Amino acid sequence: MKSIRTMILVTNDPISVERGAQDVFQMFQTEIRKADLYDEIKLSTISDVGEREDLPLVIIYPEAVIYSQITTEEVPVLFDEHIINGRIVRSLLSKMHEPVGEIAWLRARLGALPAQQRVVLGRVGQVDPESLADFLTQDGYAALEKALFEMTPEQVIDEVQKSGLQGRGGAGFPTGRKWDFVRSAHAQPKYVICNADESEPGTFKDRLIIEGDPFSLIEAITIAGYAVGAETGYIYIRGEYNLGFERLQNAIRQAEEQGLLGNHILGKDFNFHIHLHAGAGAYICGEETALIESLEGKRGQPRARPPYPPSYGLWGKPTLVNNVETLANTPHIIRNGGEWYHQFGSEKSRGTKIYTILGNVNFTGVIEVPFGITLREMIEIYGKGMEKGARLKLVQTGGSSGSIVPASLQDTPMDFESWRSTGASLGSGAMLICDEHTCVVDLAKVLLDFFRFECCAKCTPCRVGTQRCYEIVDSISKGLGSPDMIDELKILGADMELLSNCGLGQTASVAVRDILKHFKDEVEQHIFEHKCAAGVCQFIQKTPFEQNLLSAQAGAEIESEEVVP
Amino acid sequence: MCPGIATDHEYSEQELDRIIQEAVEANGSVRDAVIPILSEINQKLGFIPVESLGKIRRYINTPEAGLFLADSHLYAVASFYQMFSLTPTGKHVVRYCASAPCHVEGGRQVIEALQEQLGLQPGETSHDNQWTLLKTSCLGVCGVGPVFLVDQDIYGNVTPEKIPHILAKYR
Ligand SMILES: Cc1cc2nc3c(=O)[nH]c(=O)nc-3n(C[C@H](O)[C@H](O)[C@H](O)COP(=O)(O)O)c2cc1C
Repeated sequence: MKSIRTMILVTNDPISVERGAQDVFQMFQTEIRKADLYDEIKLSTISDVGEREDLPLVIIYPEAVIYSQITTEEVPVLFDEHIINGRIVRSLLSKMHEPVGEIAWLRARLGALPAQQRVVLGRVGQVDPESLADFLTQDGYAALEKALFEMTPEQVIDEVQKSGLQGRGGAGFPTGRKWDFVRSAHAQPKYVICNADESEPGTFKDRLIIEGDPFSLIEAITIAGYAVGAETGYIYIRGEYNLGFERLQNAIRQAEEQGLLGNHILGKDFNFHIHLHAGAGAYICGEETALIESLEGKRGQPRARPPYPPSYGLWGKPTLVNNVETLANTPHIIRNGGEWYHQFGSEKSRGTKIYTILGNVNFTGVIEVPFGITLREMIEIYGKGMEKGARLKLVQTGGSSGSIVPASLQDTPMDFESWRSTGASLGSGAMLICDEHTCVVDLAKVLLDFFRFECCAKCTPCRVGTQRCYEIVDSISKGLGSPDMIDELKILGADMELLSNCGLGQTASVAVRDILKHFKDEVEQHIFEHKCAAGVCQFIQKTPFEQNLLSAQAGAEIESEEVVP
Repeated sequence: MCPGIATDHEYSEQELDRIIQEAVEANGSVRDAVIPILSEINQKLGFIPVESLGKIRRYINTPEAGLFLADSHLYAVASFYQMFSLTPTGKHVVRYCASAPCHVEGGRQVIEALQEQLGLQPGETSHDNQWTLLKTSCLGVCGVGPVFLVDQDIYGNVTPEKIPHILAKYR
């Protein structure tokens, strides 16, 4: 299959339809057929573009151009000029300067290509991950040099704050502010921890950075150490990442040999050492306080907070914990300035984000794009469309603690604030794209099974809650559900969110909550009709009707047996 | 740091002593060395014999530096992490990913086929000590799911039909 190079969206809200949008859509279909460009052009509809007078709209990607008040007469011209000749038809461009609704973000991007913007992954695949010399020829350590020779630690923090960088580990906390907290804490010594315990299902972005560009991570941690006033850094890498461990080990050794780690780095009065620590298999150790406990050689069970790590972290000292991707952004920010970073992403979510695309699409893998692209773009352009014959049903985002986004929300721009307003979370950037063969009850069961397996068992709401939720969903999936189970799930979920000690318990029920919000019918079908539309669940109990039928048949057989002799 | 590299479970008292001593020396007598030490033992023996915990305590404790660990501390840690095993594992350890991405891409059928062909439920070891089947959470290679691991080797894009060929390499 050829890859899609262009996507045409035609609005299909009621007003557009009244004004003939469906004919416009069909006209495009005809044009595509005539030009024999099925493989390269994707035609689709979009609803909810806000209240506007110039409907219907035709939006063409990747240029993100909006044409307005399009009628069937204009379609051939538009198609020939824009699609075939590659010229924008100025006379048909939308006059409205402030797009609203779900396409408001288009303006922010100023018609830029939603092409991959590789900032963090820029060197991955181009640099020799085992050679410091090669890294140095590709702007490596330019940021540390700039920080040490031209900037005070405060200026470094200012620059990170100005960039608007937010944590990529899940919570989206402003990175500059966190650095500032640690710097202004009084106790000594201070520590920097790089959270490389990436174990959120479906997430492997950090692994790519670690394996593909380990020196940049070492540089970033060193800069962070300089900024917050720490002399010791730790990388907590998950135990399963053997190659990553070796690469980092090698990178640390080479940096030490060249005086880029150790005492008097680059001849300045700045000492910094990095220790590499491998985990031993526990999802919960990604949570920052559990990680700290684990680093201290204990069970990885989250602490009670507050106090938070910036004031009471490793060995009770002020500690900065940042995700790999977060840290990997910082050398670029220091080198180019915080302002530079604003060119990527949206107003409130600056920069790029690394996503992992998974599931029933033609291409699965990793992309790095500015914040603000939509799920539709992600699926069609980067995922190269749904698998043959598959239709999008839902997207499970951000690993297990992410949310379930139904197909109807696929035009929401992917940035922290827009998603938050729809009640979804981007989480770790894993996008599990599911087609109609996915049963929501079965999916919820798998997710809950993960949580009950990974629960650290420290606090009761989570320990009992995850188990009980699993049991309920499991019985629904087997046809043993009862009507009151939906309410029980809701109540349990709310309790877990309120009472659990850490993010695991607090988010374990999010998937179930979202499923009950968007796919309640399907769950009810399982309970009342013992029917699984996707054909995944195997029911062990029959519906009352079937039971009656069976017992009637059994009765008939017994009777007939009696008659024969 | 590598999980369950299966080795002979026959080891002498002296050997165990030596392994522990080496692990403590390499990682230091400090509290944060506990996990690296346990990892090393697990890696060398394929599991952590419970009797080794007392020996670790004796080597690691340095009262003058303020380090007092009890056996129970060590047991608490050894029993918490999934990569540690307190019982011997089979010669080959098969770990399948049970997380959602693999599941959606056809993992369910793979798991069923694995259980059937090995004749094991997750957590079990075969009678001839050849195989242990374990369930694991995401291995971070979801781009090629469904995925399972035999010892250190990762197999991606697995279908039930491919399983016999993969397992045959280890028989
Ligand atoms: C259950 C749970 C698992 C987590 N797993 C990870 C993880 O694997 N990697 C990560 O960077 N952050 C993880 N976090 C988030 C961390 O607690 C912390 O917020 C993050 O490392 C902070 O870094 P950031 O500010 O750069 O995002 C997890 C949180 C919870 C509650």
